[in-house]
Amino acid sequence: MALADKDRIFTNVYGYQPWNLKEAQARGAWDGTKDIIAKGRDAIIEEIKASGLRGRGGAGFPTGLKWSFMPKQPPVDHNGNPKPSFLVINADESEPGSCKDREIIRHDPHILLEGALVAGFAMGARAAYIYIRGEYIREAETLFAARDEAYAAGLLGKNAAGSGYDFDVFVHRGAGAYICGEETAMIESLEGKKGQPRLKPPFPAGAGLYGCPTTVNNVESIAVAPTIMRRGASWFSSFGRDNNKGTKLFQISGHVNKPCVVEEEMSIPFSELIEKHCGGIRGGKENLLAVIPGGSSVPLVPADQIWDAPMDFDGLKAVGSGLGTAAVIVMDKSTDIVRAIARLSHFYKHESCGQCTPCREGTGWMWRVMERLRTGDAAVEEIDMLFQVTKQVEGHTICALGDAAAWPIQGLIRHFRPELERRIAEAGNVAEAAE
Amino acid sequence: MADRYIEPDTPELRARWGNFAWTEANAAKAKDIIARYPEGRQRSAVMPLLDLAQRQVGAEENTQGWLPIPVMEFVATQLDMPIIRVVEVASFYTMYNIAPIGRFHVQVCGTTPCMLRGSDDIIAACKARGMKAGHITDDGLWSFTEVECMGNCASAPMVQINDDNYEDLTAERLDVVLDALAKGETPKAGTQEPGRHTVEPSGGPTTLTAMVTENHDYRGEW
Repeated sequence: MALADKDRIFTNVYGYQPWNLKEAQARGAWDGTKDIIAKGRDAIIEEIKASGLRGRGGAGFPTGLKWSFMPKQPPVDHNGNPKPSFLVINADESEPGSCKDREIIRHDPHILLEGALVAGFAMGARAAYIYIRGEYIREAETLFAARDEAYAAGLLGKNAAGSGYDFDVFVHRGAGAYICGEETAMIESLEGKKGQPRLKPPFPAGAGLYGCPTTVNNVESIAVAPTIMRRGASWFSSFGRDNNKGTKLFQISGHVNKPCVVEEEMSIPFSELIEKHCGGIRGGKENLLAVIPGGSSVPLVPADQIWDAPMDFDGLKAVGSGLGTAAVIVMDKSTDIVRAIARLSHFYKHESCGQCTPCREGTGWMWRVMERLRTGDAAVEEIDMLFQVTKQVEGHTICALGDAAAWPIQGLIRHFRPELERRIAEAGNVAEAAE
Repeated sequence: MADRYIEPDTPELRARWGNFAWTEANAAKAKDIIARYPEGRQRSAVMPLLDLAQRQVGAEENTQGWLPIPVMEFVATQLDMPIIRVVEVASFYTMYNIAPIGRFHVQVCGTTPCMLRGSDDIIAACKARGMKAGHITDDGLWSFTEVECMGNCASAPMVQINDDNYEDLTAERLDVVLDALAKGETPKAGTQEPGRHTVEPSGGPTTLTAMVTENHDYRGEW
């Protein structure tokens, strides 16, 4: 069963219509926001929990549950004054393959702003900061303008949308650091520092931005909330398999005939997603080599295992990978698969914040070995050594960037070891012949 | 980590930029930016103020803009921060140029999704024009950086030149864009694929077709 247009949340995702408030309201944004807020904090959180919404930023943590971690009564500072709480919206979309938040922000920013109010109210936040990646320059201009429209219309600010709740939204631009997509690095960056992740605990819900209770959510998780509240948890949970509910923006890049961003039902089989929206694999199904199904951090999946896999958290876990941000990078048989992964290793080397030694040194070391494996200038034992080093990086750093750098290489070795050995053997033969 | 080098703090640099101050328009913007953050947390404004300062430097020298040390000192004074805290922010985030830059900063995405769609050709086309990393071409027009994923993966390959993205590129399409910029024209930003609007499947969307011609309200069909 295919998702019908009437059940899509991001109806202006391609930007055929203006993003402005008047047009967004005509499409259904900011519709009855006051009534949603009148339901109360607990009712909103329960509805989001019941909808089965899992965070859309990659980790897939249940969104309603995350909101419920925020304190009901504000903690007090050392002077006995209550501390405010904050919602931070993660629009630092930088995971290679991911390009969905950009479309929401530049083409339908008002559903994000409305979501900020609904989510912020549900968790008792005083204000939201939307942290948008620095490279989204025009997108940030749209977001600033949309915010001003919402303020002028009384939808944000004092007595936001007539709800009796005071809520501010601010936009903060990043400046080109992938690591700021990690929630505690984002908080550091918002405080005007280098974006280096913090140790947890304390978790942001206890002590986050400026030491105050903070929840960090992905753009898509926030933007779907108002529609879920309007149409009900049971509507949202009617899509997708158990534990993998809802609709999702998929972003398909690489070797398909028509790369695109499209909102589909969770759990849609890979083959259907590609055939229906992307015009199929370049050169046909038989030409498919491998797929990175969830953005660069997840391991690749070979063609035969991905074809029928349901595109959801559990379905991709079952084939040794993950849904991540649903950024599907397709590679056909013309791909130099070792180079494709080595380029990701370069990405992680470039983006390591330098705080933890295993990551700072390990990402550079792994990239250099990957570059040698690409040309076959290596010994066969080095494949195992590389695998071992990825295991020494994984899980030994403050944040998950070390893990993210390790997994693509592990996936490559797991599925394409014969290719690595072939290159080493061929390079070795050339060397012998030269002697 | 990225390999980057700060332009040395010389007497000449100080003579040129030591008196840096906001223009009237930017002073108002700076005030507005600082007001976004709570009382006593004005340090949060360091990133937007560095961006503003970089743009003002760019406007003064007709380049993309960069951050000489005296300009960073000015921002530090504005926010009552130690200068080192500003320098470490400027050198950590790659969008702050910490060395001089050309009129146009051609930033080609070379990460895997763009690589799969042909970013090698785009990089080669830039090099053919004499661009190379960390270098300004003799005419002062072009600076070049191979950057990491810019989040335009469904319309790859792409470049970002100053504030605009040019997507769905080929070497020929890039040449058209660069020629136009060199002539002082403003080429159309976004996808360069004829007939493509944004990130729908090329040839027309497979979903939400009603939206193409009208601002369709789907609520009546719920």
